[in-house]
Amino acid sequence: MTPASARIILICSGKGGVGKTTLTANLGIALAKLGERTVVLDADFGLRNLDLLLGLENRIVYTAQEVLAGSCRLEQALVKHKLEPNLSLMPAGNPRMLEWLTPDDMKTVANLVAERADYVLIDCPAGVEQGFKNAAAACREAIVITTPEMSAVRDADRVIGLLNTQGIQPVQLVLNRVRPKMVANQEMLAVDDVTDILALPLLGLVVEDEQVIVSTNRGEPLTLNGTGSPAARAYMNVARRLRGEEVPLIDPSKERRGLRARLMAKLRKSGNF
Amino acid sequence: MTLIDFIQRLLGREKPSGALARERLQLVLAHDRSDLNPELLEQMRREILEVVQKYVEIDLDSGDVSLETGDRVTALVANLPIRRARPLATPRPAGDSGAATPESVPPATDGAGTPDGVGGREEIGAAADLPTEPVGLNAETAAAVEPGLPG
Repeated sequence: MTPASARIILICSGKGGVGKTTLTANLGIALAKLGERTVVLDADFGLRNLDLLLGLENRIVYTAQEVLAGSCRLEQALVKHKLEPNLSLMPAGNPRMLEWLTPDDMKTVANLVAERADYVLIDCPAGVEQGFKNAAAACREAIVITTPEMSAVRDADRVIGLLNTQGIQPVQLVLNRVRPKMVANQEMLAVDDVTDILALPLLGLVVEDEQVIVSTNRGEPLTLNGTGSPAARAYMNVARRLRGEEVPLIDPSKERRGLRARLMAKLRKSGNF
Repeated sequence: MTLIDFIQRLLGREKPSGALARERLQLVLAHDRSDLNPELLEQMRREILEVVQKYVEIDLDSGDVSLETGDRVTALVANLPIRRARPLATPRPAGDSGAATPESVPPATDGAGTPDGVGGREEIGAAADLPTEPVGLNAETAAAVEPGLPG
């Protein structure tokens, strides 16, 4: 496949800690499971974590630095996932590289890995400074992820502005860590509020899910083990929509109810409570 | 939500914080997107008022020039209650008026209810849209403002 036909997608948010790396890891696994050859590229050279979320931290030998320097072959640097061979990680280089790294360097790495992939997902660093500009230069489209919090939405808006000025299209939105109960109580920005304000098409909606933390602890993205939890379903749906499938958006108020809640509701209905 | 919050809400004393967040966000984003600092906005406000005052007498105290936002478009909204139109005697320098000023702000529209009614301050929609109601001016200039890449 020629690099022109691979989709190179930037995953960015502006604000840190809203779920860029988690989305990159889960989406990477999900796309790989759907049969797409996928490379996740860690562009966060300063604070890299993508290796950790994928459970690949101990298998990194070479990084993007050696690829750029020409001191290793591309295949040597790419770390294939143990359980999902369609997915590879291109590890971030040394933080010291930030002193000289340019947008063209990131472009070079992204185009190299794109030669052997259907999807390249770039995990963007937080902020809107050089690290962001480097990562953005390499992509052809973007996913902006945000949470329904004011600071996250404001930062997302700034990032969307920057993506627009660079002519990156399409830019789609993933709304992460929605708390249905708080939305129902009107104590949180609603989904419509965020999509109205940011004026982006909604690619996915992920409810707050404790399993995300558990999966990080294990180094196994949720999508690896099917669609057992609400967040896993949501990430899987993002992957499907990205491929052009029509998947209806989940109703966050229903996703909240686990097995126990459903059981209780049933009991209540039958008059035992 | 604590019980006290709940009661406050029931009594209608407190707005749910979600709506508050939305309002605050829209305001702050309007400024972010336009990249105008408050100083510049104030200067622009003064200059707009000066220009408008050449043609009509406006109520300076309740005049308001602000930025509003929605759908990734930021609009400059000026709401300037007009006391009365200035007599046409003020010669308008030819060619001085750029843009759409002559059409959208008729200096003295002789429509119904000439603006003699001082105190009868009415706020009216865009002059261009409603030329028959000359007592107010609400100019809305929409411009998609995208922050440029610094550096």
